[in-house]
Amino acid sequence: MSDASTPKVVIVGAGPAGIRAAATLVEAGLHPMVIDEGHRAGGQIYRRPPAGFVRTPEQLYGSEAGKAGALHALFDRLAEEGRLTHRAGSSVIAMRDGQLHVLGEGGLELVSYDSVILATGASDRVAPIPGWQNAGVYSLGAAQIALKAQGVALGRRIVLAGSGPLLTLVGAQLLKAGADVAAVLDTSSWRQQIRGFSGLAARPLVALRGLTLRAKLGRRYHAGVTLERIEADGQGVAALRWRDAGGRQQHTPCDMIGMGWHLRAETHLADLVGCTFIYDEQWQQWLPKADEMGRAGNGVYLAGDGVRLLGADGAEIAGRLAAAACLSDLGYRAPPASADLRKLERLDLFARGLARAFPWPAAMVRALPGDAVVCRCENVTVAAVHEGADFGSSEANRVKSLSRVGMGRCQGRYCQLAAVELVAARAGCSPDAVGRFRGQAPVRPAPVGAFLREY
Amino acid sequence: MSTAGRIVRLAERNRAEVRFVLDGQMRSALAGDTVLTAMLASGHALRCSEFGPEPRAGFCLMGACQDCWIWQEEGPRLRACSTPIVEGMRLRTTPSESWP
Repeated sequence: MSDASTPKVVIVGAGPAGIRAAATLVEAGLHPMVIDEGHRAGGQIYRRPPAGFVRTPEQLYGSEAGKAGALHALFDRLAEEGRLTHRAGSSVIAMRDGQLHVLGEGGLELVSYDSVILATGASDRVAPIPGWQNAGVYSLGAAQIALKAQGVALGRRIVLAGSGPLLTLVGAQLLKAGADVAAVLDTSSWRQQIRGFSGLAARPLVALRGLTLRAKLGRRYHAGVTLERIEADGQGVAALRWRDAGGRQQHTPCDMIGMGWHLRAETHLADLVGCTFIYDEQWQQWLPKADEMGRAGNGVYLAGDGVRLLGADGAEIAGRLAAAACLSDLGYRAPPASADLRKLERLDLFARGLARAFPWPAAMVRALPGDAVVCRCENVTVAAVHEGADFGSSEANRVKSLSRVGMGRCQGRYCQLAAVELVAARAGCSPDAVGRFRGQAPVRPAPVGAFLREY
Repeated sequence: MSTAGRIVRLAERNRAEVRFVLDGQMRSALAGDTVLTAMLASGHALRCSEFGPEPRAGFCLMGACQDCWIWQEEGPRLRACSTPIVEGMRLRTTPSESWP
């Protein structure tokens, strides 16, 4: 272990960004603590199945097997050699005054830090489809996690809907694994997708790989669709009603729907620790502010999809850069950053191409019927959000107080963007003028017993 | 391999059997399953919504949405997507009647 004179650096998240940050700190002679909700390091995109599963990295991660394997091996080696402390299966539920509140199997523990690197990643950005509260509707990420970490499909007959690289990828992965994928429905039109082309050309091989996967979907793939309603019976999803690009009504029976529109940065901890947030027009969401290295001030560093949605390759680079910034601020020799910064610029160009090609479905959200559920936690409807906007003001937190949208157990992670879109439409302003929900601790549900101490 | 429940096992089928109790009934799953996978191998939902008539079966599978909290017979709840199933677990889809 490190002695009292070496600075204490804590990394939250053991995905590509967290692992690279940890390795960079270890190389400089520090002993970081890595806190992660997963039982094994890897994050979501390089998520590992439990011990004893037998599929090869090539089967699990396809073209990215080499990268995933290298990250897993690196982290395992550093942990085995005792050069870092790995807190697996633990959630940081609050941050305040240089301390992290960590909820693990043993209960709640306070961990102090001199510097902290937040590598909290992202989850699916979802927009409501009427009926999405029913059993059998999952995020695209969930469909991928079920396949990778459990070897299962979440239904017998699957429809994937939304837009973004994950839509195509999950569809191709499920098909390859032998699942019955009935349709892959993209709300982005071909014309819209071509608009992102100049950016996508920044990484021609990745773009080509995407098109190859798309080709594997064959006639299952439809661009420019409108998603209308999920039908359900007593057991859950029964069918999806949608319109094709030509406006024709379509009805696809299915028992599982995976949905998502690219990614939403996970920013609750950055919010609690006081980061400044800026509305990003391109990504159509609020993102915490950091310099190009990931510095957010006061010993806080941000890396990976939780601050810039560049995907796994970008997260590895951002993790290294944030650790380098942290080292240099602590007076240590930091590895050179210029080559990494150039790589990030190219990845950023590509990511912005993706954002243009596969946009947030603002018009679809604005056209939702009054009885559609916006908040899946508490079944708060579009009509209730409208009522809140009419009664109160067009400020996000006022509408939250009045309608309870964003107050459920997910704390707005899956409804905030849609709710803000609806309020903006009602008030005739832009989503950024509506603001964002304030983050509240604990950022994960925690049992009351965890906060009680015996004296 | 279709199961009696919602999920289809596409790979990793040669694992030891694990038995657990759900709502008083003996169920079987495979070692390495999460509680969510184990329950959906023989059923179509995990619980009912507190705010609507519909059953729920999880949503994000990464610990973010909190849709998959269920009950243990001894009281405490657990998040089904991030908890491994363990031989002999006693689970409920509804809170215990004696819950205060």
